[in-house]
Amino acid sequence: MSTAPAPTIPLPTDWRDFFALTKPRVMSLVIFTGLCGLLAAPVSIDPVLGFTAILCIAVGAGGSAALNQWWEADLDAQMKRTASRPLPAGRMDRKAARDFGVALSVASVLVMGLAISWLAAAILALSIVYYAVVYTIWLKPRTPQNIVIGGGAGAFPPMIGWIAATGRIELMPVLLFAIIFFWTPPHFWALALFVETDYAKAGIPMMPVVAGHRSTRRQILVYAVLLLPLSLAPFWLEVAGWLYGASALLLSGVFLLLSLRVAVFRGGATDGDMRPEKRLFGYSVIYLFALFAMLVADRFLIG
Amino acid sequence: MELPPTPEEERARIIRGRNRALALILAASAVLFFFITIAKMKH
Repeated sequence: MSTAPAPTIPLPTDWRDFFALTKPRVMSLVIFTGLCGLLAAPVSIDPVLGFTAILCIAVGAGGSAALNQWWEADLDAQMKRTASRPLPAGRMDRKAARDFGVALSVASVLVMGLAISWLAAAILALSIVYYAVVYTIWLKPRTPQNIVIGGGAGAFPPMIGWIAATGRIELMPVLLFAIIFFWTPPHFWALALFVETDYAKAGIPMMPVVAGHRSTRRQILVYAVLLLPLSLAPFWLEVAGWLYGASALLLSGVFLLLSLRVAVFRGGATDGDMRPEKRLFGYSVIYLFALFAMLVADRFLIG
Repeated sequence: MELPPTPEEERARIIRGRNRALALILAASAVLFFFITIAKMKH
């Protein structure tokens, strides 16, 4: 009598994979900018409520990241950078990822509304829908301007932090939103320039794939030029002091110089080195951290 | 020399880890809701 091999039952998903689904590294930037928005606001918030607001922003970002990976599992499998994520690597069921994303998103909005304010909760819900639906499902596979419009999703956290503290929408949170909105294209396009082959293979119409290197580099420079006065606007409008103004001038100046090197001096270069592009990408992360940190330092040191 | 874990052992390890993570999240949520209530009472 022959015995058939016992069917292999897939292993349950490890909690670490659920955690990875929330994109913890992206979340750290979201937490930081959200915290800066909250601390830079001209009113103080109860520490427990402040912590809850930041937690809700982080959980909401994690939920939308999970929904993003649920939708893009097939695309992620085609790119070297994302092939080892839990879904394309086959360590997680797609439905589990979707349910996890929905649960985190709903919980974050509900707790934000009940504990902090319904205006902050509404903006948080808008940011989740913006990232998971407008950017991931609608824009990303359709237009090379996906990063420009999708950049709005990442620009919400400081705005939500500010609204959580003050309870209202003012000029400053809109400026903070605008700074991240204009920072996003050069940040992502610098990355897209050196991982272009991955995006092309997956059929995602990233700017370097559709418009070419020369046009992408020119557009990086345009956004870097616009970012300089925009980052100085809080100082000019006297909602931030000289410490922030001087820091913004220096940080944005360096950003502009690195963008200039990528745009002007390299033209349509497509060589394998890509050191200036990698340098711009690395600096862009430091830039945002430093700019927002100086905004908070200015608020506490200069007032 | 240590033998690699069997699938049953691996399954039990993963489930144990998930249960611990869930218990931690629930306990942290209960503590957070307690302190949120206290903070809201003060305002």
